[in-house]
Amino acid sequence: MLDDFLWRAFLAGAGLALVAGPLGCFVIWRRMAYFGDSLAHSALLGVTLGFLLNIDLQLGVAAVCAAFALLVGLLQQQQRLPSDTLLGILAHSGLALGLVALSFVASLRLDLMGYLFGDILAVGRNDLLWIWLGGAAVLTLVALFWRPLLLSSLHEDLARAEGIAVLPLRLLLMLMLAVTIAVAMKIVGILLITSMLILPAAAARRFARSPEQMALLAGVLGVGAVGLGLSASLTYDTPSGPSIVVAALLLFILSLLGGSLLHRA
Amino acid sequence: MTPLLEARSLVFTRNGRTILDDIDIAINPEEVVTLIGPNGSGKTTLLRILLGLQKPDSGEVVQRRGLTIGYMPQRLTISPALPLTAGDFLQLPRRFGREKVLAALQETGVRHLADAQLFSLSGGELQRVLLARVLLPEPDLLVLDEPAQGIDFNGQLDLYQLIDRVRRKRGCGVLLVSHDLHLVMAATDRVICLNRHVCCSGEPEAVSRHPEYLALFGPRAAEALAIYQHRHDHSHDITGEAVPIDQREEQAVRRGCS
Repeated sequence: MLDDFLWRAFLAGAGLALVAGPLGCFVIWRRMAYFGDSLAHSALLGVTLGFLLNIDLQLGVAAVCAAFALLVGLLQQQQRLPSDTLLGILAHSGLALGLVALSFVASLRLDLMGYLFGDILAVGRNDLLWIWLGGAAVLTLVALFWRPLLLSSLHEDLARAEGIAVLPLRLLLMLMLAVTIAVAMKIVGILLITSMLILPAAAARRFARSPEQMALLAGVLGVGAVGLGLSASLTYDTPSGPSIVVAALLLFILSLLGGSLLHRA
Repeated sequence: MTPLLEARSLVFTRNGRTILDDIDIAINPEEVVTLIGPNGSGKTTLLRILLGLQKPDSGEVVQRRGLTIGYMPQRLTISPALPLTAGDFLQLPRRFGREKVLAALQETGVRHLADAQLFSLSGGELQRVLLARVLLPEPDLLVLDEPAQGIDFNGQLDLYQLIDRVRRKRGCGVLLVSHDLHLVMAATDRVICLNRHVCCSGEPEAVSRHPEYLALFGPRAAEALAIYQHRHDHSHDITGEAVPIDQREEQAVRRGCS
């Protein structure tokens, strides 16, 4: 089954969706959508670094994203500049630095489009291993810290006053996002990663009565979007990464319609 | 008696402005201490320092060994993006079990809201849920930042009576912050009047006659205290009909179920 590139693509996408769903819920609850986007932009620098140092590209991306996440986390401690300004600076500097650094590696012929918009059909066995191992690690951490994470998403001061280590939790969440982005790069690409985080979670919101339901449903809807997007891409010969995102958007729109019917009934 | 929480010579400055100037404060077991003061008097900052959310520039905060604190923040804005029932909210970050949760909600008169979504609650309902949440783990010290905010008048009376009852039953200390004077005064052992420094402190009656208090809040504040010291022997239901106090709880429950 793993010999078929389509199956590999689906398994890769599904693995990502199952992690991105629950994490995306936190991104929404904590208003971190812009943070995720900025993190993703800096990923290109990771790609270049990976090439230069001759290490696994996803490792390079994970490292750069993690460093970026820590940097933002620390800079947010000062209060002179609002976070969205900081993120704006870091996001686009990260992308620009990545592109400039890339041009120095003259010998390199890089499929830039592949990194920006993903190339899920080129996913190999090795990538699959990365996705599922990384995903399992992230999901385990989310499950372990579920309640403290929830409370600190609801109200940081409340959590801190009750003895929860809020800052380490925030850094943990940022690092998990970094890993997820490294994993997602191959699938939907740097520019579309945020959509895999927030679209399924946003669609799940309409039907969820508890945070657990929302996280679970977001994962399931994400897998649905991957399946739908891939088959559409096959049928209509459209680029796979964007097709998956469009499928997720359709699910979101349907959730709005379905949600309002449900609430009227 | 060892105080639950004690702060010595707290000083806090921000951007060249002195916000807290040499504050000493102690809260004993079974004592209700109310912090009053006008806007910008440093109430919230003092509270944050006492809770360990902020570091003072100098001075120290000493907690009794093993002290547990229940904190009810001022204004909790709940994002509608987070689906969470009031009952589940009480189980964060620790699980207590449904039964205990319902009992705590019953105590603050909002048992019927256990399955309501947190973001859909009105201001007053949310305050009651928050209070239930703070009581649930039976902490040694309750820290309540303007707990009566958004609660209607009779609800406020209920609230302060409840705080008083809990304090007597469990022997916990209570630190209240408020800038609404009259109601709080009635349910307080000691009032600390703050205006960047401790203007005056003592029993409510004494504080309300203190010249610095009068200078801060005006002579009408002292009259206000007298007005609110009488007890209500009846209340009003939703249609405005007078109802004896003891029937009111039943009514609330019935209304909640319909």
